[in-house]
Parts: sequence; C-alpha cells; structure tokens
Amino acid sequence: MSILGTRVVRTEDPRLLTTGGTYVDDLRVPELAGAARVTFVRSPIAHALISGVDSAAALDAPGVLAVLTAQDIDDLPPPPPDDGPGPEGSEAAPVPLGGPWAEPLLAAGRVRFVGEPVGIVLTDDSYQGEDAAELVSVDYAPLPAVVGTAVALETQTLLFPGTSSNVAVSVGPPADAATSDAFEGCDVVVARTIINQRLAPVPMEGRAVAARWADGKLTVWVSTQNAQIARFVLAGALGLDPAAIRVIAPDVGGGFGAKVGIDRDAIAVAWAAKRTGRALRWTETRSENLVGMTHGRAQQQAVTIGGTRDGRVLAYRMDIVQDTGAYPRMSGFLPALTSLMAAGPYDIPRVQTAFRVVVTNTTPISAYRGAGRPEATAAIERAMDLFSAEIGMDPAEVRRRNLLPPEAFPHTAPSGAVYDTGDYVAVLDKVLTAAGYRELRAEQARRRERGDVLQLGVGLASYVEITAADAANGETARLVVHGDGTATAYTGSSPHGQGHHTAWAMLVQAELGIPMDKVTVVHGDTDIIPEGVGTYASRSLQLGGVAVHMAALDVKEQARRVAADMIEASEADMELDADTGAWRVRGDPATSRTWADVASHAGPGGLVAAVQYTEGRPTFPFGSHLAVVEVDTETGKVRLVRHVTADDAGTVLNPLLAEGQRHGGIAQGVAQALLEEMVYDPDGNPLTGTLADYAAITAAELPSFELVDSETATDINPLGAKGIGEAGTIGAVPAVQNAVVDAVSYLGVQHIDMPATPARVWAAISEAGKRQ
Amino acid sequence: MKVSVTVNGSAVAAEIADRTLLVHFLRDVAGLTATNVGCDTSSCGACTVLLDGQSVKSCTVLAAQADGRSVMTVEGLSSDPAEMHPVQRAFRAEHALQCGFCTPGMVMAAVSLLAENPDPTEEQVRSGLEGNLCRCTGYHNIVRAILAAARGDAE
Amino acid sequence: MIPAPFSYQRAWSVDEALDLAARRGDEARFLAGGHSLLPLMKLRLAVPEVLVDIGRLDELCYVREAGSDIVVGALTSHQELAQSSLLHRELPLLAQAASQVGDPQVRHRGTIGGSLAHADPAADLPAVIMALDATLVARGLSGTRQIGAGEFFRDMFESALEPGELLTEIRIPRPKAAGWSYVKFTNRGIDWAIAGVAVQGGRVALVNMGPRPLRAAAVERALADGAAPGQAAAHAADGTSPPDDLHADRAYREHLARVLVARALEEASSRAAGP
Repeated sequence: MSILGTRVVRTEDPRLLTTGGTYVDDLRVPELAGAARVTFVRSPIAHALISGVDSAAALDAPGVLAVLTAQDIDDLPPPPPDDGPGPEGSEAAPVPLGGPWAEPLLAAGRVRFVGEPVGIVLTDDSYQGEDAAELVSVDYAPLPAVVGTAVALETQTLLFPGTSSNVAVSVGPPADAATSDAFEGCDVVVARTIINQRLAPVPMEGRAVAARWADGKLTVWVSTQNAQIARFVLAGALGLDPAAIRVIAPDVGGGFGAKVGIDRDAIAVAWAAKRTGRALRWTETRSENLVGMTHGRAQQQAVTIGGTRDGRVLAYRMDIVQDTGAYPRMSGFLPALTSLMAAGPYDIPRVQTAFRVVVTNTTPISAYRGAGRPEATAAIERAMDLFSAEIGMDPAEVRRRNLLPPEAFPHTAPSGAVYDTGDYVAVLDKVLTAAGYRELRAEQARRRERGDVLQLGVGLASYVEITAADAANGETARLVVHGDGTATAYTGSSPHGQGHHTAWAMLVQAELGIPMDKVTVVHGDTDIIPEGVGTYASRSLQLGGVAVHMAALDVKEQARRVAADMIEASEADMELDADTGAWRVRGDPATSRTWADVASHAGPGGLVAAVQYTEGRPTFPFGSHLAVVEVDTETGKVRLVRHVTADDAGTVLNPLLAEGQRHGGIAQGVAQALLEEMVYDPDGNPLTGTLADYAAITAAELPSFELVDSETATDINPLGAKGIGEAGTIGAVPAVQNAVVDAVSYLGVQHIDMPATPARVWAAISEAGKRQ
Repeated sequence: MKVSVTVNGSAVAAEIADRTLLVHFLRDVAGLTATNVGCDTSSCGACTVLLDGQSVKSCTVLAAQADGRSVMTVEGLSSDPAEMHPVQRAFRAEHALQCGFCTPGMVMAAVSLLAENPDPTEEQVRSGLEGNLCRCTGYHNIVRAILAAARGDAE
Repeated sequence: MIPAPFSYQRAWSVDEALDLAARRGDEARFLAGGHSLLPLMKLRLAVPEVLVDIGRLDELCYVREAGSDIVVGALTSHQELAQSSLLHRELPLLAQAASQVGDPQVRHRGTIGGSLAHADPAADLPAVIMALDATLVARGLSGTRQIGAGEFFRDMFESALEPGELLTEIRIPRPKAAGWSYVKFTNRGIDWAIAGVAVQGGRVALVNMGPRPLRAAAVERALADGAAPGQAAAHAADGTSPPDDLHADRAYREHLARVLVARALEEASSRAAGP
C-alpha cells in the first residue's frame, strides 16, 4: 500500500508550531553577531529630479555608522550596453529591460516611484535606523507624474529620457480594420474594456536579507524562492564570481512570486555589506513592503468576443496594456503569458492578442500568484458571460458548447500552447452538480420575483492554466542513503509553505521503503546545492518531485547491484520489499538485508544519485469554479456565500497539501474580485500604503470552500502530476466577479470592474437604474 | 527604564529604551523569536501573544505596559513537539499552516478565543480571527483546526 | 514602525496622573490601552515627548448602577463592556457596539475613555454615547467637570478635554425608550465604519458622516412628529458633511445613511415592541 495519494500531515509543522520558523529576522548565527542594521531612505514623491542629498544631520544621530547613496556606488560592473531589440521572443523573458530602461540600485539623479530607494543608513540597531533615516534630507524637483496606462500612452512626459515613448515593449498588431475580418460570420459581437487591477502580494513575511563579506566570500541569507537564481543575479549585479557567493534561504514566510530570485533592495544591502566590510541585516516594514515589494496584475484589457446566436464562439481578441510600474523588470513576460493562455479551455477558431507594456510612476510590477494567467482567465471568463448575456443563454450552457472535448488532447491552442491532457466538461459538470446549480438558479428566480433586497448571484469560471512554463530549466535532486539507513534528499526546489519536505520524503518512502521519519530533505543553500531552479510557476512537484523520484529509482538500481554483490546472488533475483525497506533474494527471507547494510557495503559515502530532470514541456492543469454571492441591492455589499471548485492537477501526491494550495489560491482570488486594490492618486501617491487601507482578506469574509476531486494525469512525467499552486486563484477571480455581475444583471448591470466593493456595486446598480 | 516581565513563567528583566515595543522585548531581550512582526498598523495579528491571559497584539503594547505582568507566547504554550497543546496538535492535524509566519500569532489568538468561547460556531471562529491575517491557507483549515480543538478531537 | 523617542512615566493614581501630565503640558499624552495612540505614534503622526501611562488605574474600570444612571469607568475595556451583564440588561446598545470595535485583541486593550478622547468620527463609541445622551466626567488639576456628549466632540480627533485633563467616567441615563439598534457598515468586518447609525429610542446618531459624530436631528424631528421609520430615514443625510475617501464618496455615504437609518429604526422599533 503506497503512501502516495494519502493524507500525510507535515513533518515541517512540529517545529513551526512550537519554537517557530527561523526567518531571516530570526537568524542568530555567529556570522551575523554584531551585524549593523539597514534602513532605507525612500522617495516620498513619485517623479522628481534629485538635486541634492544631505546626510549631515543623519551622520550625527545616535548609532549611525554610515549613510550611503548612489554617489558611493562606484564599484559595480557597468550594465550591459543596449544592443537594440533582442532576439524575437526575448521580450517575453522575465528579465529586466536594460539599456535606457536600466534600474539603479539607489536612485541617481531621478526618482520614478514613491518608495524608490535613495539612500541606505547603517546603524547599530533598527530603532536608531528609523530615527536617522528621517534626518537624511533630499532635495526633490518634482516632475509631472505619469499614473495609469491611459496617461502613460498620451503624456509628453517620458520616464526615461533615452527613450521615445513610455511604451517599453510592444507585441502584436494593433486592432484595425484588417483584424476585424476575424469577426466575420459572427451574429453577435461584444466588446468591453476590463481592468485587472493592481494588487500587492502581501506575504506575511516581507522582504528581508542579511549579508556578510568575509575572506573574499559573500554570504547572503535572503527570503527567497530561489537561492541559486539569487546567487546568479548577485554575481552579475556585483561583478563577482558565483563561486564567491553563498546564498541561503532560511524559512521563508510566503512569496507568491514576489520573492523570485533576489530583490533590488536586497542586492543593495549585499553591495553595502561588501563595500563596508560590515555584516548587515535588513527587514522591511509593512509600509515599505506595500510600496517597495513588486506589485501584481495591473492590466487594462480590451476584449472583443463574437459568435453565433446559438452559443458558438467564433472569435476572440484581446488588446492588453500592461502597466509595468516605474521599471520594466519583467519585460513583456506577464502579458506574453496572458496572450499564451488567452483562449482558455475553449475551442475558438480565431484568437488574436496584442500587448504593450508601459512604464508609469508607480511601484514596479512582477509576478504574483498566477503571473499573467489569472489575467487571461479573468478576461475570457468575463467575455464568455458578456457573450452569454448578449445571446440570452445560460452561461453554463455556453461554456459547455465551447469547451474543448475530452478527445481533443493533446491540443494546440491558437497561441501555440500545447495542452497535454484535460476533461473540461467533466469538471464543469462536477461543480454544477456539487453546487446544486438548478436549485441555485431557482432560488435566484424566487428572490427576483419577490423583489428581495438580498439577491443571489451565481458565477462560473472554466479555466486551463500553464504550469512549469519554464520546464526547459528542469530541476535537480541528489539522494543519499547513508550507512545508518537514513536518507537525505537535496532538492533544487525551494518551499515557502508548500510542504516539499513532507512530499519529497513521501516519494522516497514510496520508492525505497525508507520510512519518512528517516528521510531528511535539504533545500536552499547554494554551498550544498549549487544547481537548482527553485519554486515558482507551480513547477516543483512535476520537476523537483519527479527529480527526487528519479533519483530514488537510480539509488534503487545501484542498491540492487550492491545487495546482489553482498549476498553473491544475481541482480535479477534481488527484490526490494518497499513496505519494509528490506533487500533479499526473491522468495528467500533469510537473505534479507537492510538499507543500512547495503549503503554501508556500497562505501563510505553510502549510495548517491544525482539527477538533473526535465521533459522540457509544461503541463496544463484545469478546472471549474462556481461562486455564490449575496448582494445587498440597497447598499451594494457583497457576501460570498459558497465557493465550489474542481481543480484538476493530475495525480495528487498528498491530498492534504493539494487542498491547502487550493484553499490559499481561492482566498487570494476572492480577495482580488471583492476587496483588494493598490490605488494611486494622479500624483503617484499610494493611497493604500498600509494594511489598514489595503484590504487584505480575512477569515470573516470567506466561507469554508467546497472542493471536488478530479485527477486527470499528465503523460508528460512519470508521476502524472501537474502543478496546483496557482490554479485556485486563476479559477476563483472570475467566478466571483461573474457572480457579482450575475446577481444584479436583472437590474440592467452588464459589468462591474474589480474589486467589487460596495461603492462600485452600488454605482453600477444606480447607473443601470438611470439607464432604464 | 527597567522592566521585568514574566514570560512563559520566567521573569525577564532588562534595561530598555522607553519606546521598546513588547514584541521586540520578546524577540530580542527574551530571545523568543517565534512571535513575528507582520505589519506596522496593528492590522495583521502575527505578533499576538497572551497578556495576563488575554490575546493582545504585542506590537501595539509597550514593554513598559507589560512590566510586572505575565506574557505567554507560543513557545510557552509548548516548545516540545512531542507534548503539544491541543490547539497546536489540531493545527498540525488539519494542515492549518503553510509558511508558518502567521502561525504563532494565530495559535495564541485561537487559544484566547477558545478560552472565552469554548464551543464557538464557525461564524464566531471566523469573526474571532478578524485580527489575524494569513496569506497561505485561505483560513479554511485554520477554522477546521480551531473547531476540532474545541471538540477535543486532537485528544 | 517605531515611535519617536519619548519618556515613559507611570501613574498609580488619578492625582498622580494629573500631576505628571501638568508638569509637561503640551508635550505629554495619556496612555490608556494605547490602541488609538500607539498606532499613530508608530507611524510618527503623533510625537509626544512624554507618555503618562494610566493603564494601572484599576479604580477607573467599572460598570455600575448609580441611581437613575449607569456609570462606566473610563478605563473599562471594550471587552469588559461587551461582556457586562449589567450593560446587556440596561444598555444593550453600548454592549453591542463595544463588541464590534476592532478585533478581539483590540477589544482586550482598548478602553472606552481612550476611544472617546481620541474623538475619531469613524469610531463606534462616540456616536453611541451621543445616542445615549451621556455625560462625560473629566478631572483636571482645577477640579472635576461634566461635559455633555453633544459638546464633547469638537472636531476630527479633537475633544473638549483640555491638555492635562483626564476623562474618568461616562454617566449614562437609563434609557426611557426600549428600542435600540447599532448598524455599522464596513467593507471588511475589521474595517472602520464607512458609515454607521446608533439608535436609542428617538435619538439617532451617525458614525463617519462628518468630522464629528452627529445627531441626525432632522430624522429625530420627523420621528417626534410621528413619521414612520422609512419616512424619517429619508432625512438621514440632512445637515451632514460626509467625507470623500477611498471607500466611498459623499453621495454614496449620504445614500448609505438613509438606508442604514431606515434599517436601524426598523430594528429599534421591533425591539421596542418586544418579543
């Protein structure tokens, strides 16, 4: 009876629940004894020239060791020259644009967003740092602020003097008469501009780093999702040989895509540690985090959907303007992914996408749970509902008529994405049944008939998403079975809540019969694991987990040879009892040997297998969500009453962990639909710069979720596993948004942008009322 | 100024700056780093501890206000994985934590909630957790864990 | 994140508190539960040089009957108010509103006196004590004085307390009319009220409809003239000057006021009618 597929509680938990995790700010290692504290001086103004920085008062303050600004940064390699446009497709790489768009570590001469670092203050303790940073006096000469995609496109004000416009990347032909051919033959065409609003990731642990330069080596402890990538980035930024850098990821308090690699401010701290020879620590405050950590989403989407009156969608076009904030750190990566997944799970004959990336005087944008795919799904799902409303057909039925059928796989979408396996109608039906769809519609009808104040809305979302989009990078695993019979798995993955230590130990136990409590999993230290990619893009199980599995298979075959040698039997006669972890000649229990016996016999290093694994292809999990909301039509207040999902990510290794990922994803999706938005005023001042104003979702706004099982294995990897980490968010956002619109559609409301706050919903109801 | 706070049953005395927040006293003076700082507007509850038996946000209490008083952190609930408190056991059993950063504060908030309301409804648990943010779990399993602990399931 | 440096002093009696504050005048602030003041200090929006901690003045924590009044000590916590069986019996409006302040951790520390002295028009208790026709008792070095709730809230974050004056007690007459309601409209449960209504009998007070908590005078007049709740509620926004902010513009708040007052009056009415 394999442990795989069973609910196993986490090995990580006892420590986290009692003495607590060791996050960067908790480190009390000898190397950091006496470390100074870093406080950043940040711009309070969105766009300005810096005419002077006066540190005199700060330098006199208690405990101040140094104040560093851009003027002090004279020992970094120059940024690579801008050779013009890179190879085709490079605009879709998640790498910052260089050349005229280059971002300094500390602002030099110009600031481009509120929160941009202008200086670093080093003090003995953090209380002193906050006092001293207030005393650094910066002279700003304000420039007009560019806020919002419309302004970015129209204004004369350029953020980057060396450029000709605020458009950093442009891909795909603009909508014009020629492309309207795509909608020929459509009885019905609906067009709408949809906003996928700017969000803050708000991991509970913000950004944090500690760094020490000693004996020609830089050691950096950083809250990251990728220690190896962080080392690579540091090497390039600081002009160091990677071998001279050690990056350690301690416990990490959430990442959600915003802690990929290493943040610019953390690089500045590492630079300062090398520059001053002083060990340094930096832990940002939440207010810093809300303006200093990258934001997510921020797309304006012009969608056009066309089809027949009997519900067949024939054409879909998406024109995206991606607000990338003050610096294009991700080039065109996010809208490229949106474009890749634009058609979703539907069989739409003609699909066109185009995008432009614009810079604005706001916090830079990067990946946030789903990274481009929630945006795609939110758009197509809103469009499906708009289309359904236009032809007067039930949105479940319209989806059913357009979803790719089960025999369609593998399916190449118009964008070129190759969906591996799927059964989209099945999950839709599962969710409709579990939710009691007919009765929900009947209750909705009853309330409308009665004219109740509290109206019911039912919202659907069908989705497919891409996980391990960077499958080509693969993942590493090294498995060692020691002479005492225990095992250590060194993984390139980098968990920050996902439970890989439990899951990878399960994989070892399943294959080798070494019990989980004898398996140690190690991650996140580049001295111990020099090669690895880390955890993002929902890639870890299908790449990192499979790598551990492959390493276990390798160890097993090595052990077979060693055991045969010990017993002087033939390899073909050797068997491993995976339940007890015993090697023996088949049918002869007297020959039984333990893993300890075999590993000792193999040599002083035990049994070792190192694997670099990839099939080079991403996988495509899919699902359906159904949200039920109650809208108070007198106030606009929305209450999420039920949320039912089927999220199919192939074979499930540990249902407990998979459900947890779905729950967390759903909550962040509901939060986008109903509550959260990073708001700036026209001068670029953030209006939601603290957690009192940024409406992060709490337990009181959510129901318990209803999760339905579905497992459609992929044929791409031996575990049959796809990625589950982001799917919950991708499905939840549009299901809830659609539910809100559905609740008040009978009043004439056709669309409500997110977040559907009471004020927004009320405004939509009022305006529809005026139109009628 | 000098303060003495009983933390997890032991007196911790030190000379501190008047403006020292209780959370920093616990982390840096008492050396108990399980309690975390998650925000600066008293919004997130990651710093929740018990002060004379009641849940408080230790970032919004001065160490001076806790002088002569008694504080319990999650380490005081139990720091031995083999002998966890029912709430800690329930959190593990129900997978009510992922990255673990909000967990110490969440556990202490749960302990206080159950002390005041030993048999809460789901709605009461959810509104009782309004002061504690979690980004990883979606709260679903946290609520299950607290209800399970109330029922004594983890025994 | 961290307050600017200050000097901390602890008072063990009301007299000592007044004395300590008087010595430093404008530079000193009283510290009760700290859940209005400390958040401001952590963002350095308030930078007092001296904090006089009155949190140990147990003699100011009580809920008692005093003849025709219920008297509440200024340092009674929101949690104690919410749990008080006396309040549930005599002043359920106050108990209910206190149970909705912030979250459980805030309610364990925050006090009624601290909240009222802070004079935030978006807070729950200022409007409630206006609806309850309370009298606030303040003590200074020159003696004790009584301030009616209607005069206590001067402006946003400005009460009638003089520097160095301490709020010691809130005196609330036993309501003659049984109907009551507290309706608080928020985005998330944890948020400050976008708008809110406190009703006790024929007295109606509004949360966050101006720089101070307000009596909805036009609603009260309509009720006194015999108007039904729905009709009276139509006047809810009269004389208000609600803020325009991230959560709501003026027009939406005015609309909310009308809806919430109607609901509050209906609820009060059915409570008055009895089971």
